[in-house]
Amino acid sequence: MINKEVASVKVALKGVKNGMTFMLGGFGLCGIPENAISELVKLDVRDVTCISNNAGVDDFGLGLLLQNKQIKKMISSYVGENDEFERQMLSGELEVELTPQGTLAEKCRAAQAGFPAFYTPAGYGTEVAEGKETREFNGKMYVLEPAFKADFAFVKAWKGDTAGNLIFKGTARNFNPNMCGAATITVAEVEELVPAGTLDPNQIHIPGIFVQRIFQGEKYEKRIEQRTVTPKL
Amino acid sequence: MALSKQEIAQRIAKELQDKWYVNLGIGIPTLVANYIPEGIEVEFQSENGLLGMGPFPIEGTEDADLINAGKQTVTVLDGGSIFDSSTSFSMIRGKHVQLTVLGAMEVAQNGDIANWKIPGKMVKGMGGAMDLVASAENIIVAMMHTNKRGESKILKECSLPLTGVGCVTKVVTNLAVLEVKNNEFHLLERAPGVTVEEIKAATEGTLIVNGDIPEMDI
Repeated sequence: MINKEVASVKVALKGVKNGMTFMLGGFGLCGIPENAISELVKLDVRDVTCISNNAGVDDFGLGLLLQNKQIKKMISSYVGENDEFERQMLSGELEVELTPQGTLAEKCRAAQAGFPAFYTPAGYGTEVAEGKETREFNGKMYVLEPAFKADFAFVKAWKGDTAGNLIFKGTARNFNPNMCGAATITVAEVEELVPAGTLDPNQIHIPGIFVQRIFQGEKYEKRIEQRTVTPKL
Repeated sequence: MALSKQEIAQRIAKELQDKWYVNLGIGIPTLVANYIPEGIEVEFQSENGLLGMGPFPIEGTEDADLINAGKQTVTVLDGGSIFDSSTSFSMIRGKHVQLTVLGAMEVAQNGDIANWKIPGKMVKGMGGAMDLVASAENIIVAMMHTNKRGESKILKECSLPLTGVGCVTKVVTNLAVLEVKNNEFHLLERAPGVTVEEIKAATEGTLIVNGDIPEMDI
């Protein structure tokens, strides 16, 4: 067994530098790597590019890095719930590359799987396809999209073991599995870290080969963005 | 009477067919789930990675790890499943989802749709809409026929940046049900009490009216 466990978030983020490109899992605030984000704020790394479906809210998630003006460029599909984001984008401080959600996921997966690029119909005939190679297959038009290149992927899983194997819970899974192994170094944080051999190999969602460092997060706030309920009868 | 948003959703629900997997967008489309016709089985797909999406949770049982694409807390029904984003869009791109219902700012008679960007205003992003419209074979748009200034949103050509080209098959508005084919809008049904003349006046695109147009049954 190859041990991937590191003692703390501090050790897990060793090597993080200004100007790097990071992938961060999560959909809205669901399944975001909360502990890695807090540490990135502490480290005060600057001019970073973040690949993440969303940009958090003003005071949580990637919003914390935005408040601190650490992000140079965001690559996302939807960035709606963040006033500071809007301010920085309109003032030109922040560069934004909006990418269709399925394309964003696949650009991660392509990097993980060793594909340099792929054709997708998403965005054909729109400004997203401007300047990109297009090609017809079976009478339909497709756009060539390159795989992402990133220095670190920060993902969050529910359970993990010291071999780096991961299990996700609920829709906190989202982009996290697609980002594992898609960057030079994948850092996984988990709610519960167990010894190798404890998890059922049949139930592993992401094998440890895609993960370089794993640690148990100190705490998880798991903030809910839109609390919608059916009233009790 | 023009339809309310609930009634638009109610009319679209009549398009659902047995054994269909359906993706509902944010806004009016979400309401479609409240009006599933009796005797059919459908499953709702949420592109953040959930199939078999259920209603909002009973107060006190909400789970931060279980949300829909609108970031609202939801539930998962028996037989439901959870998966990653890439798998989710494999379902969409691979045409395993039979129907997509989404909102729009503009629809054109060639099937083009614009629903993600107004130049000069804050751009929030396209989310999964571009993937959905580029892939689905059956796309129903739920929208108001005109904007707040009374101008038609059913156009010859979209004026806003496009989300997808030549993809919309049907439009259900507060005034009418329209089929999009042969570079024309074909009037299929009128909202109860709304005349063909009123629909014509509210439609900028080419509108084909063939014979007597029935009122919607809702």
